[in-house]
Amino acid sequence: MTETFSIRKYLRDLKLPFCPGCGIFTVMNTFLRAVHELGHKDLSKFVFCSGIGCSSWIPSPYFIADSIHTPHGRSIPVATGIKLLRPDLNTVVFGGDGDIVGIGLSHFIHAARRNLDVLVIMVNNMVYGMTGGQVAPTTPFGTRTTTTPYGSFEQPLDVARLAVTAGACYSARWTTAHPDELKDSIKTAIKTQGFRFIEVVSQCPTAYGRRVGFKDVGEMLKWLKQDSVPIQQAEQMSEEESANKIAVGVFVQRKRLTLTETIYKIIEEAQRSAK
Amino acid sequence: MKTVKQGTYFWQGNEACAEGAITAGCRFFAGYPITPASEIAEHMAKRLPQVGGIATQMEDEMASIGAVVGASWAGAKAMTATSGPGFSLMQEFIGYAFMTETPCVIVDVQRAGPSTGQATKSGQGDVMQSRWGTHGDYSAIVISPNSVQEMFTLTIRAFNLAEKYRTPVIVLADGTIAHMREQTIVPPIESIETINRRKPKTEEKAFFGLEEIPPMPTVGEGFNVAVTGSTHNEHGIRFTADPTVHRRLVGRLNNKIKNHVDEIADFESYNIDECQIGIVSYGCTSRAIHEAVENAEKRGIKTGYIRLKTLWPFPESIIKKLAESAEKIIVPEMNLRQMFYEVERTANGLAKIIPLNKIGGGELITPEELLVKVEDGEE
Repeated sequence: MTETFSIRKYLRDLKLPFCPGCGIFTVMNTFLRAVHELGHKDLSKFVFCSGIGCSSWIPSPYFIADSIHTPHGRSIPVATGIKLLRPDLNTVVFGGDGDIVGIGLSHFIHAARRNLDVLVIMVNNMVYGMTGGQVAPTTPFGTRTTTTPYGSFEQPLDVARLAVTAGACYSARWTTAHPDELKDSIKTAIKTQGFRFIEVVSQCPTAYGRRVGFKDVGEMLKWLKQDSVPIQQAEQMSEEESANKIAVGVFVQRKRLTLTETIYKIIEEAQRSAK
Repeated sequence: MKTVKQGTYFWQGNEACAEGAITAGCRFFAGYPITPASEIAEHMAKRLPQVGGIATQMEDEMASIGAVVGASWAGAKAMTATSGPGFSLMQEFIGYAFMTETPCVIVDVQRAGPSTGQATKSGQGDVMQSRWGTHGDYSAIVISPNSVQEMFTLTIRAFNLAEKYRTPVIVLADGTIAHMREQTIVPPIESIETINRRKPKTEEKAFFGLEEIPPMPTVGEGFNVAVTGSTHNEHGIRFTADPTVHRRLVGRLNNKIKNHVDEIADFESYNIDECQIGIVSYGCTSRAIHEAVENAEKRGIKTGYIRLKTLWPFPESIIKKLAESAEKIIVPEMNLRQMFYEVERTANGLAKIIPLNKIGGGELITPEELLVKVEDGEE
């Protein structure tokens, strides 16, 4: 018999700090539902790392779990130290687009390259929300933000595709308008080995939505749903056609030797030859 | 060969540092190549797997010290090693390790700076950075070896202090000590003291307060520890606006070092009670003092010295004692005056403080240059 899901079971009795309508609520709920459906009654088999930004507050300190809230952009290096020492723990990184692929981009690529056995969940709100809505490496071209008052003059980064190129074992992108698909993706990712990446395109009504002309959160979710196209379909589109679309789906799922597997093999050999 | 055995070795300084770390129980190393510290990473890469430890090269210095912090919370004694440019990059995590009370050891093998400077040449320009390098109200423990032997013994001490006080400890070495080879004596291993962090009991929950040095849990043991570099209460819960919580936390973090200066401070002294001329020295520069003092005494000048083995927290009481007896105190440094100001502040007019500075090309201050200062005692 499966127990009914209760989010409170996994959360400390603290007031959540997120704005009304924030996409983080969906990510938090979906992640914990996935954990619940996988049969985890608590988070004792997990350790969480996060950096700086709104979505870095998802686990820290709200999850009843071990959580390390690191300097900005540095959650993946800290997760590296933890995972190498404790391969038995599910190490999950939460972070925003600025944290993971702005200041922390190099760590992200290298962790995927070395196939560090962690799951990175990036909440992409396309803006630096916590600091007041500045342009991010994920902001769509032409968008007005507080630091691009005349519109963004740079191209955004396609992070789910980058993860594939860098060597990830799993990479998927969904939006907060796809909670069921997202939940299934999280469940698959938790059960998969190696570097796993899930991007969740999310609404920030406070620092993004109201500035770019969305009336309310409902309208933002409609936009996320309507502008999403399955990855297979997006691949058939011309660059122009796909420019303002969000390609969703699983970008890669494969098996590769993980960093913990390779490093522990070396330790074993070195110990044997040193005797 | 597993951990090093008792005996006499002919080691390079960096090698001695790595062996000292392993002897102290270090089982995790993450680093990024940089002259003149790379041999520590190379030696760790070879030796740590042999003792069941992990050594890994990261993409940069921030990642290196980040992995060290993660490893420390996973229960390991952990270390990284770098030089000035990398030490600058590590400053954010040094503040983080201080704020989160994460024991770890950072070796800075100093070279001539600023910036890329003279990468292969020794210097002592990071003395103040080792004390004030990170932002915010912070206290540092900084160790200063002056021989290959001390690269071994003082690295062990660095781990012991880090574990005891739950704080990052910096080994401020220099290119000279790191690259020279000397006889190093490893005493019987059982005679070497190693300290391990205090672990919490099952029912304990306050990992960031209540006690001066709280117990430290390991992730994955059911403690549900919330670690954050933001201001937090004793349970690790963020309080980013409350003035009382901030004062209490940052006050305690600084006091746990300030209240134990006498226990942390380590120095060698000679004739400080009845000297006319005193010398305060540390690191590679201090290797010139013995010959200079001997020659000064031959010429009838009563000379004494303090050789600092820890730079921070600054051992004010012993410097004051020297200033009470000596008329003049010479502070030789391979920088453009750093510890000079600290000695001057502490002496507070009791003695005249005379700087002796030399930078560039890794040239050391010679016993002859020091003797000239001792004899004429002018700036």
